[in-house]
Amino acid sequence: MKELRLMKGNEALAEAAIRSGCDAYFGYPITPQSEVLEYLSKEANVRTGMVILQAESEVASINMVYGAAGTGKRIMTSSSSPGISLMQEGISYIACAELPCLLVNVNRGGPGLGTIQPSQGDYFQSVKGGGHGDYKLIVLAPSTVQEMSDFVKLSFELAFKYNNPVMILTDGALGQMMEKVELFEQQERKTNIEPWATVGKPKDRERNIITSLHIQPDKMEEINLKLQAKYREIEKNEIRFEETNCEDAEYLIVAYGLVARICVKAAQLAADKGLKVGVLRPISLFPFPYEKINELAGKVNGILDVEMNAGQMVEDVRLAVNGKVPVEFYGRMGGVVPTPEEILENLEKKLAGGKA
Amino acid sequence: MNEKRMIEEDQHFEDVIAEESICIQENIVYEKPDTLTDTPFHYCPGCGHGVAHRLIAEVISELNIQEETIGVAPVGCAVFAYNYLNIDMTEAAHGRASAVATGIKRVLPEKYVFTYQGDGDLAAIGTAETLHTCNRGENVLIIFINNATYGMTGGQMAPTTLPNMKSTTSPFGRDIATMGHPLKMTDLVAQLPGTYYVTRQAVHKPGNVRKAKKAIMNGFKYQKENKGTCFIEIVSNCPSNWKMTPRESNKWLEENMIPYYPLGDLKIPNVKEN
Ligand code: SF4
Repeated sequence: MKELRLMKGNEALAEAAIRSGCDAYFGYPITPQSEVLEYLSKEANVRTGMVILQAESEVASINMVYGAAGTGKRIMTSSSSPGISLMQEGISYIACAELPCLLVNVNRGGPGLGTIQPSQGDYFQSVKGGGHGDYKLIVLAPSTVQEMSDFVKLSFELAFKYNNPVMILTDGALGQMMEKVELFEQQERKTNIEPWATVGKPKDRERNIITSLHIQPDKMEEINLKLQAKYREIEKNEIRFEETNCEDAEYLIVAYGLVARICVKAAQLAADKGLKVGVLRPISLFPFPYEKINELAGKVNGILDVEMNAGQMVEDVRLAVNGKVPVEFYGRMGGVVPTPEEILENLEKKLAGGKA
Repeated sequence: MNEKRMIEEDQHFEDVIAEESICIQENIVYEKPDTLTDTPFHYCPGCGHGVAHRLIAEVISELNIQEETIGVAPVGCAVFAYNYLNIDMTEAAHGRASAVATGIKRVLPEKYVFTYQGDGDLAAIGTAETLHTCNRGENVLIIFINNATYGMTGGQMAPTTLPNMKSTTSPFGRDIATMGHPLKMTDLVAQLPGTYYVTRQAVHKPGNVRKAKKAIMNGFKYQKENKGTCFIEIVSNCPSNWKMTPRESNKWLEENMIPYYPLGDLKIPNVKEN
């Protein structure tokens, strides 16, 4: 039987963590995602024995994740933009040491202390690295409370498939808003021991070392090449996106997360006026659907990229389109959410030449 | 002794004690513990790190807990500790070893988890993690090597550098008016209700080595009691950056470091020895 509930995005995510058989959560309160830690503190340990620890800072949280993920268990943390900034050093270590884990960023407006309102200002930080060195997170961007739940399970699967940290990049609005969500069944806690995990060295195996230190340049290059080969593999297998009315569209909007939903509404308003607008929503931000966007670019007159930032993903869209058609950008910043009307107005102004 | 006689004696000696009969278990008074790898230490001659490593390895061997122990290495001279200790280890970011140890211990509460950290790592960049780990009373062992300098980066002023002590970033001596006071981390953590066993030891003399080993042994054993954090400071030397011979550095340690960082237990559990 379906288990339906009306839940806040942050709570659905926390519930999904418990149901994924997650072994431990380490985190620090920050608006607008504190409900994750609160919900888990109340529910998790009693239900599955999951470890919940409120750390003294995000710096400590991410290093607890690093230590715990090294034991090969299902480990996660969540935070919001300033807290995620504090975690970047640790994320770089985790990526280099190839530890599977889940990181959640409930994006709020920046830069600086900024605002607690929703934003997509952390696209670059999440998708292009964020910390030092050449590394990639697998980045998934939900657009509904349902996906806030579903992507937790998917993230753990991907993390262990590639021994790579996975980030769910969502925003303050999705974290706070309530929607109907169908919950998945409780999964078993993990029982198998990963061959690389630091759990104590038995007599019959070599010691396991978790490190990101390789002082010899040729060795460090070898590690980098191995990471890059893995990222190419991820690009081959894990691209996810959603198309809405892209088939015979005259114009295309590209948007991710919450904004994509607003753009679908804007496309409906356009249809009412006789203008055919499709929406492509990248779900995986790394790996990014370059090929799909390039293919669609061949069929439309122009593309509008809409984001809640100053224009970050638009750089990837332009790379994908490679000059085939004009790519315009419309964005709001600082925690302001664009309306369908203003998106349509900008599409008309910037691309359709007042055609609609 | 004539030559013939010597040969006969040698012959006799070989007859009586053949190599195989010397190298028998009963005759072994000293050997490399199986918890040390064959990798030669990269530490400078006379440095206390090598002795401290060996003591940890001996304790793990003697307690027979190699299969249950996970170590956390710092950033500093001991960054390669995992090359020498034949156990599962994680190399932490600078200062974060106790947070990493917390993560491991929380998901593997039945295992032995310890960190090995220097003064810059534990008492400067990692102060918050150290204090909060001790304050939460995590059941881990923290081993703190205090040599009053940043060894690996070439002798900069550390949080534990003594007043007026010269370093590359306090070339005229540490001026406490502008550079602050040496931080007595061990005294600080001893105040926290989360710590169970807090002691300050040294490894510059055989007697001290024996006491330090006992302390490390206790630190591991107490983990099984789940009563809180064990914290062992080892006041150590850095002949290279102190710009002294090993012998001079040990003398200097005795005359300058120990008066400021007196050796002994700061907090001992109320348990009966058996
Ligand atoms: S630099 Fe100092 S602390 Fe580091 S290995 Fe050499 S003597 Fe030891």
